[in-house]
Amino acid sequence: MAVLINGFLGHKYSHDLAGRIAFGSVGLSFLCALTVFMGVMADPTPREVIAYSWIFGGDLHVNLGFLIDPLSAVMLMVVTGVGFLIHVYSVGYMHGEEGFTRFFVYMNLFMVSMLLLVMGNNYLVLFIGWEGVGLCSYLLIGYYFHKVSAAKAATKAFVVNRIGDAGFLLAIFLMFVNFKTLDYTKALANVGQLSTEMATAIALCLLVGAIGKSAQIPLYTWLPDAMEGPTPVSALIHAATMVTAGVYMVVRNHVLFDMAPVAMATVGIIGGLTALFAATIGLVQNDIKRVLAYSTVSQLGYMFLACGVGAYTAAIFHLVTHAFFKALLFLSAGAVIHSLNGEQDIRKMGGLSKKIPITYKVFLIGTLAIAGIPPLAGFWSKDEIMAHAFVNHYYVLYLFAAIGAFLTSFYMFRLTYLTFYGQSRVDPEVDKHIHESPPMMTVPLMVLAGLAILGGFMGVPPEHGWLHGFLASVATPLGAVPHEVSMGTLMGLMAVAISIALGGWGLAHYMYSVKPGMADEWSERYAGAYRTFLNKYWVDELYDAIIVEPCKRLGQIWDWFDQNVIDRFIRGIGHGADASGAGITWTEKHVIYAGLNVVGYANHLLAWSWRKLQTGMVHHYAAVIVIGLFILVHFLFVWLLGTSVL
Amino acid sequence: MLEELQFGFPLLSVLIFLPLIGALLLWPQKDQDLLKKSALGIAVLELILAALLLFRFIPDSAAMQFSERHAWIPPLGISYHIAVDGISILFVGLTAFLTVMIVLYSWDSVAENLKLYLMSVLALEMTIMGIFMSIDLILFFVFWELMLLPSYFLIKIWGVGEQKEYAALKYVLYTLLGSVFMLVGFALLSLNYHDVTNAYSFDFLELLTVPVPVGQQLLIFWFIFMGLAFKAPVFPFHTWLPDALVQGPIGMSVVLAGVKLGTYGFLRFSFPLLPEASKNETVVMIVMALGLIAIVYGAIIAIVQADFRRLLVFSSISHLGFVVIGLFALNFQGIQGSLLQMINLGFTTAGLFFLAGFLYDRTGNTLVDQAGGLASKMPLFATFFLIIGMASIGLPGTNGFIGEFLILLGAFQAHWFYGLVAVSGVIFAASYFLWYYERAIFGPLGEKVPKVLHDLTQRESIIAVSLCVMIFWIGLYPSPFLKMINGSVQAVIDRLERGSVASIEFDKRIAMDAMGRITVKE
Repeated sequence: MAVLINGFLGHKYSHDLAGRIAFGSVGLSFLCALTVFMGVMADPTPREVIAYSWIFGGDLHVNLGFLIDPLSAVMLMVVTGVGFLIHVYSVGYMHGEEGFTRFFVYMNLFMVSMLLLVMGNNYLVLFIGWEGVGLCSYLLIGYYFHKVSAAKAATKAFVVNRIGDAGFLLAIFLMFVNFKTLDYTKALANVGQLSTEMATAIALCLLVGAIGKSAQIPLYTWLPDAMEGPTPVSALIHAATMVTAGVYMVVRNHVLFDMAPVAMATVGIIGGLTALFAATIGLVQNDIKRVLAYSTVSQLGYMFLACGVGAYTAAIFHLVTHAFFKALLFLSAGAVIHSLNGEQDIRKMGGLSKKIPITYKVFLIGTLAIAGIPPLAGFWSKDEIMAHAFVNHYYVLYLFAAIGAFLTSFYMFRLTYLTFYGQSRVDPEVDKHIHESPPMMTVPLMVLAGLAILGGFMGVPPEHGWLHGFLASVATPLGAVPHEVSMGTLMGLMAVAISIALGGWGLAHYMYSVKPGMADEWSERYAGAYRTFLNKYWVDELYDAIIVEPCKRLGQIWDWFDQNVIDRFIRGIGHGADASGAGITWTEKHVIYAGLNVVGYANHLLAWSWRKLQTGMVHHYAAVIVIGLFILVHFLFVWLLGTSVL
Repeated sequence: MLEELQFGFPLLSVLIFLPLIGALLLWPQKDQDLLKKSALGIAVLELILAALLLFRFIPDSAAMQFSERHAWIPPLGISYHIAVDGISILFVGLTAFLTVMIVLYSWDSVAENLKLYLMSVLALEMTIMGIFMSIDLILFFVFWELMLLPSYFLIKIWGVGEQKEYAALKYVLYTLLGSVFMLVGFALLSLNYHDVTNAYSFDFLELLTVPVPVGQQLLIFWFIFMGLAFKAPVFPFHTWLPDALVQGPIGMSVVLAGVKLGTYGFLRFSFPLLPEASKNETVVMIVMALGLIAIVYGAIIAIVQADFRRLLVFSSISHLGFVVIGLFALNFQGIQGSLLQMINLGFTTAGLFFLAGFLYDRTGNTLVDQAGGLASKMPLFATFFLIIGMASIGLPGTNGFIGEFLILLGAFQAHWFYGLVAVSGVIFAASYFLWYYERAIFGPLGEKVPKVLHDLTQRESIIAVSLCVMIFWIGLYPSPFLKMINGSVQAVIDRLERGSVASIEFDKRIAMDAMGRITVKE
């Protein structure tokens, strides 16, 4: 086992001079992951492997160790499987780009970090991966570093993530204070000893970390900007894997959340709000990647909502299916952008279905999957989340989720119609060069499309699918009572979900295909709402105004304060003595310590030196220090003898 | 309290005086090339000896090792007493390492008076080695003051700023002002020793054997605090730092930012000698407050700096705040983390100063509006800049994380509020570093960037790679380093817990067991 893990980490560390080596190594680790996965299928008991002692001293002991259980096995499969496909795709996509090698070095570094994140056996190893993926995200968003917008987006992503990380660190400290260990198995086994307040505090701190990484309200603003990175990066990091780390972390710690109803409710509310909120913004965006980005934020909201209602398996289920169809959507969007020579604005697309048929088909499959049209993957997982919210009596959350689902279906079909149907609005210059992508890119797309169609069946029938059985040991809520929900209710909920999805599709079809002028008309009629959505509720501007700018201003004020007040005050001790003769010296003598003349004299010396400094007469420091030392030693002796007589 | 181990060969004395002898050997040399090579040779030899010291050091021990002792001024109980333990051992290695780097860096970047410059650098190394090895308080003080001499000349003569002379004098006078207080503190300790034993002593190990009344401890604590706070520098005694680091030459900035003498002093003298005062609630609260203010204050000011070196100064103040709160958390993780972080800063903050120097040598400034898009012209520079910068802001996998994590954990255990405030420093650190990076290194090529801009030379790359090796070594496999410091950290913790009076009772029993190797004066 240890050899296996080291083997595939070792491969990742190798610096690749060609993409071939890069995807080769990821492919190899996928095979390893597959073996691990088979092993876990055969025997689901968790296994720990410890590489070496990392940090130790006093009562703290942290190993660099790994834990393999069904949860990490599923995550491994997603990360390496989708990762592998995206790596293959990237070789085609990034071909001829400047810094091709740099790209794959970062991508592989990302894979290492992500694997550390999901395989770590304690919070600190998780945290290495956690910040490691953040770093790679930073590097890859800033891949086109000469673009100001990319550079800004990179910084923003890292700093916003750091806010979450700070919360996560606090959670780790609380864990240590309570359990004296940071290993999952030992800490989580003792969760029962915690008071509810403490469990809530830890869970909320963890949640801060999770919402930073998984782009939930209020820390979601970095993710849409992160689309400045190359498209495979958006697919891998900002859709399929890294951003789901928050969900993984919540599920990993679900026993804590189970103990803290307040924290659970917070998770659910944040998830529900985000799902809805991001969907509304997604309605009106014109950049193909930004629509997908808001859609990711919204889908992550569903996963949080699932956690919030205790449906951990459903959360992971949606995580997996989302990885399939969102990676598919991003990659096929990438293929569109690729064939349009870098164009991302959907207002300059249209009618592409004939010109790039493969891309069109796989994109359509992705859209159907995310919109929740059965029997594609998205339907099963999303329906399960909504059903859980409903049967556990979280009706408000259910409502949020339902409206969100309608909006999702609408904006995704809007995107499809605007991109692939209707009149071509493509620049004539670009139009001539439209071409289907090379097989290096289309093959991974087709594999992902297959997964997006079939992936949902791992969770069928609802509640009793294969995935549920597999994850039962790690994702069953504490003290959960199996609900007896009638088949009728479930079927009814399914019917509602299907009609919602179809409704969204229908509306999009009507607005963008049947009656194309309608969208513009509506945007004028509801100008207020339209502008709010288009400008993303002005949240970025708000954060700038209330956090970023005040910080800068504070920095400037303090900088002035430092130079003009503190410095002057300290210098004033010297100047004061100089100006008022013995005045200050006298005070010093009496205030600080009556018997210690030394201080006063040193001040005197200082004042004298300062005066010399001001007039620029003394440049020979040596003289000063020799005299100074002489005086000091002199006083020391006088004083020592004086007191010793006493 | 502490066991002493001798080593057959006076290795520590050699380590102290080799640079001085080396500096004198440089004197008659005329040939520039030979001069550079011999200076480097001396620095490398010193580093090899320091490495030998680290290898022969017995880890997980609180003992004073490689001890040497010769009488100096017997009537006052002052002796030439040097040794290293877990607290000082890593500093010796760090100093030797940084000196090699500085000599390498200065190879071409110092044009005038190179001989004198190299002599000053070596002399500086000698005094710093002396500071870290001194067990006798007066010997410590002498090295402490002697350090000012080469520092003063380095800033004054080879400074790069307009106001270098002002900066040099300011640095010296501030440190001097602080050290006067410190000397008084030392004297009071000796007087107290005299009260008990009727003899004077400035020997750290002997002073440990007598109890100090708590009221007096507080007084002495604040005296010593003043000396260390100015040197460290602890907020609000830091205002000499921007001048000295921005006006001075890069070599000097590296030493001042990388070798944390002030905070070392707390761990070396204040905690063991004055345990009751160090854990006094008011004292802890005041010092913690100063540390926390420094973290936030330094970081926020760093955000708006237009000059990278000034940014580093304030980031340094912020980092020092971390070290201070770790120390005064007074628990194992806090102290261990602070000690390790002091070493780490020698690689990260000092490393960033080197990089600032590389940039300065090319463009004549480190201002953000004069830079922009440097990554396309100097990809190697940009890469190292990012690695060392990330270590400086505590990215896991680098050394900065280990130190920062332990400090924060320690502070959090002392009081959750300390942890909460300090954690915000982590966010600000990311902001100030990345914002500068975004504007100077990323983005389109700046208009004022020179057309011809070479990437790092081989020599510069050696410096950067060496720093990165240390950064990842400590970050990924800190075990050897932790083992070296853990024993002494535990001893300090024990001493703090028992207090000076109880410790003495405890140590008397130990002395019996150890066959009288420690003499307790009755």
